[in-house]
Amino acid sequence: MISLLIRRILSLAVTLLIVSLLIFTVMDLLPGDPAAIMLGTSASPETLAALQKQLGLDQPLPVRYLAWLAGVFRGDLGQSYTYGVPVAGLIAERLAVTLPLALIAIVLSVAIAIPLGVQAARKHNGVFDFAAGLFSYISIAVPAFWVGLLLIILFSTMLGWMPAGGFPGWDAGFLAGLKALILPAVALALPQAGVLTRVARAAVLEVMNEDFVRTARAKGVSDGVAIWRHAVPNALVPVFTMLGLQFTFLIAGAVLVENVFNLPGLGRLAYQALSQRDIIVMQDVVLFFSALVILMNFLVDLAYLVVDPRLRAGAQ
Amino acid sequence: MRKALRRPVFLIGLAITLALFAVALVAIVWTPFPPTKMNIVQKLKAPLDFGLLGTDQFGRDVASMLMVGAWNSLSTSILAVLLGASIGTATGVIVAMRRGWLELVVMRGCDIVFAVPPILSAMMLGAFIGSGRFTAIIAIGVFMVPVFARLSLGAALQIWTRDYVTAAVSMGRPKAKITLVHVLPNISNQIIVQVTIQLGLAILTEAGLSFLGLGMPPPTPTWGRMLADAQTFLGQAPWLALMPGLAIALAVLGLNMLGDGLRDLLDPRDNS
Repeated sequence: MISLLIRRILSLAVTLLIVSLLIFTVMDLLPGDPAAIMLGTSASPETLAALQKQLGLDQPLPVRYLAWLAGVFRGDLGQSYTYGVPVAGLIAERLAVTLPLALIAIVLSVAIAIPLGVQAARKHNGVFDFAAGLFSYISIAVPAFWVGLLLIILFSTMLGWMPAGGFPGWDAGFLAGLKALILPAVALALPQAGVLTRVARAAVLEVMNEDFVRTARAKGVSDGVAIWRHAVPNALVPVFTMLGLQFTFLIAGAVLVENVFNLPGLGRLAYQALSQRDIIVMQDVVLFFSALVILMNFLVDLAYLVVDPRLRAGAQ
Repeated sequence: MRKALRRPVFLIGLAITLALFAVALVAIVWTPFPPTKMNIVQKLKAPLDFGLLGTDQFGRDVASMLMVGAWNSLSTSILAVLLGASIGTATGVIVAMRRGWLELVVMRGCDIVFAVPPILSAMMLGAFIGSGRFTAIIAIGVFMVPVFARLSLGAALQIWTRDYVTAAVSMGRPKAKITLVHVLPNISNQIIVQVTIQLGLAILTEAGLSFLGLGMPPPTPTWGRMLADAQTFLGQAPWLALMPGLAIALAVLGLNMLGDGLRDLLDPRDNS
């Protein structure tokens, strides 16, 4: 178990390193000199050269990469060219919006998918199963950002119950912040819920025929107990795996949904950094998102081993 | 054929997909109005007040824009998926043939490509070569490569364990020939199913990129940008946000249903 864990961690580290190198190289190849962008067109060549030196832009690529990487390890992600503040602080500030948004979306999607999937499996081939199947098909097909627009039309423009966008900040109170995140989270959760419902249904259907569920039934436990206590916990493994795999789509969805709702989150930061050519911010945010995806998949792998002793035995 | 007719998911998916392709193809030669022609006098007209689906803020006919959007979205997505499927499948079957360190390297490479969400890689690429159809195709296509590489590797490895392949190996057939003659034809069903499903995903991603302004440049109509433009007029003309989203959802729904239907239909385990 320990050696397996070490191997996984090593492979995680190597993947992260290569991803960081890739991102750095691509961003470095971008046309446009950050120093020139910061100073504008009227700067003298001497000022430009001085700033280039100060930013370390006169160094060769490997040196700059290592310097950036060393900074990342120290928590120093560099200085934003356009905002003029440390990127680490900028990311932390934006994360206070994106993280709760993603978490609410994940919780919502699981809360929709598990009961729906379990019930669909119990009523296999019945009307409920059909309805759940239809829900999955439709929710997977609708783009999250479009759902966001529809929610704004319904709940903001027509009913006036919810804000159409923007974020008051957590200083304005927990409830006010939460209220601003509800509609975007629903938009983000819906496609995920469709995927997860399918997985949950298939997993429960499969587990329901396993010996331990049949034994539980034979011992006389009720149908509900057999399903919820014996079948569902076993069916959770594929659901959480899918959640890990879907994480990259959740992030992509967040970039779009934050733009629809004008939320000052990480996705919007990446988008703004792109339009302003703030390469260091772009670089750090992409690295951050990618590391998150890699870490998430690693955790899912790990959770697998913890939850399912059969895999642990197999892996050894 | 009779089996196909008994599967409603397959039939509905096929019908929607065929309709989508038909609309896209018709749009190349005919639209009710010129899709990019502005007519400010008729701006923001409701559906049926002007044309079938009304007009946008510049008085352009929404139905015509949707039709051309179908062609743009579909052609970009098809090219992206073909790019991903061909590189991915080739990689997968070659790795299945060679195994060893190559397998490790390619699988790790897949993890790395998977780690960067396609929207972000498109943003980086867009900053690099400028946004447009080419950027969208490359960004979506690159993300598809690991999907097909993993799928075809897994499927090909199974074929390599079959008796007829072992027989061919023992007869001294070169591995490349076995891959071409035995492996590729036997995994083609799975690839076709995956192409259909990934096409839906590509349409969603393309719409997202266009929504962010990273797709084809204006005035070329795309579903994503129509939604982005509609955002300004949600109070005044909510229908503008309705139709392009509905078109995207319907297209993806049709392709996903077709993919699922094909999978059921082509599943050899079912033939008994």
